[in-house]
Amino acid sequence: MMNLRRRKIEERIFRFFMVTSTVIVLGSLLLIIGAVVVKSLPALKLSMITQTPKGGYYLGKEGGILNAIVGSLYLAGGATLLSFLLSLPIVVFLNVYAKKSSAFATWTRFSLDVLWGVPSIVYGAFGFIIMMFFGLRASLLAGIITVALLELPIMTRAMDEVVRLVPGSLKDASYSLGATKLETAFHVVVRQSLPGIMTAVLIALGRGIGDAASVIFTAGFTDNIPTSLLQPAATLPLAIFYQLGTPFPEVQQRAYASAAVLTLIILAISLGSRLLVGRFAKHRIK
Amino acid sequence: MDFQTHISIRNLSVSYGTQQALKNISLDIPDRKITVIIGPSGCGKTTLLKSLNRLLDSVDGVKIEGHIYVDGEDIYDPKIEVTHIRKKMGLLSQKPQVLPMSIYDNVAYGPRIHNGLDKKRLSRIVEDHLQVAGLWDEVKDRLHEPASRLSVGQQQRLCLARGLAVEPEIILGDEPTSALDPQSSQNVERRLNELKSEYTVVVVTHILRQARRIADYLAFLYLGELVEHGPAAEIFQNPRDLRTRAYLTGEIS
Repeated sequence: MMNLRRRKIEERIFRFFMVTSTVIVLGSLLLIIGAVVVKSLPALKLSMITQTPKGGYYLGKEGGILNAIVGSLYLAGGATLLSFLLSLPIVVFLNVYAKKSSAFATWTRFSLDVLWGVPSIVYGAFGFIIMMFFGLRASLLAGIITVALLELPIMTRAMDEVVRLVPGSLKDASYSLGATKLETAFHVVVRQSLPGIMTAVLIALGRGIGDAASVIFTAGFTDNIPTSLLQPAATLPLAIFYQLGTPFPEVQQRAYASAAVLTLIILAISLGSRLLVGRFAKHRIK
Repeated sequence: MDFQTHISIRNLSVSYGTQQALKNISLDIPDRKITVIIGPSGCGKTTLLKSLNRLLDSVDGVKIEGHIYVDGEDIYDPKIEVTHIRKKMGLLSQKPQVLPMSIYDNVAYGPRIHNGLDKKRLSRIVEDHLQVAGLWDEVKDRLHEPASRLSVGQQQRLCLARGLAVEPEIILGDEPTSALDPQSSQNVERRLNELKSEYTVVVVTHILRQARRIADYLAFLYLGELVEHGPAAEIFQNPRDLRTRAYLTGEIS
């Protein structure tokens, strides 16, 4: 009898911890969104998202952050695309071409894990060195390359984890029909893991669009919307950083408005991806 | 029983690392008959089957020695294109493994890769082979639904249709009914019996009654060794080796 009582108490204690942790996580999300929205309310006007900074912007007067919104979308979009073009071949190589026991594959995975942990400011500094080497100025292009490098390990490892789950028997089924490795990779393996690949791309996109340190030296900042890859580009995280750094409360409010816009974009990406993933999962073998 | 040899296995030895899975196997597999490979689990049946279409190649640490001739061609000759060998053989695995695409695309997968046919001929091929696999009537109105929605028994017949669509000469079955209910199993066995007029069929099974029902030719493997082989009727009636006798009477399993 005593034993049963003790086990019930254990059960209760652990349940308490689990619920508390969950509440803390959900609570912080709500608090962050709440704080950002409340703080940004005075500055949230349509002109924030439809105009670039006008005269006196940094004194809290005219204009909006369209430059940073468009800059961020360009930059993260370009970087994610570039990163994807590099990730997919790596993942296909690791999971279809390399043998399971391949030392090369093990080292590749290990390197990617290390790269994942490298702070983004280091990527920024590294991007800056490359830029100098090629004589590039701070530009959209340099920013895209740097953020692509930042996203690469995240995207590749996230994809790798899902593509690894594709059963060997499924690949064998394709091989035994006379398919080559490449055909098997793209018609079967990628197709089977499409929802996971989508998620990996979006995780990387989310990370890339929200990062300030990697673009501070490489993409620069500008009040204009870039019209070529060689022009500098503004980004939302940097806009927040600069606006918060001003001594004017009106401009600081705008920083929260920028943060609200950034959070909203990320939220939209997450929600959109959930919808898309369901669609891509149609043919998946469970 | 006289027969022509279709697949000729000579001195085949396979090992995984230090563990030897097949020991010096030599076996002639007759053309257009059902050859059944029996033996207790872990005896190397599946290894033998997978050596035939070279699926064994991709296994880590595998070492393959010896020769296998199909139509007189040594399939382990380095000059031979492995996809060419595999195209000659359709495989039914233990658990039917449909591809992550529609029913139609599953059957069209092979022909598309190999020939790149136009839509009309492709549809013809898909229909024909679904007919032969006995699945057409059940799926003709939902060809574009995901194949994963079919029942397991239907999936196995879809795999059969898919394998046949690449126009192989040989059908390999790795315990092809082990995941199926009795009725679906019977259905698959019936298909195999029909198909042997045109195809060489090699089936691995651990179900003795199934072997009795479908085998023309029988090979008994034990601990990686080919103990006995010959016309099924003879072996079932009068096994020569003691180990075969013990297996057939259920003393070893």
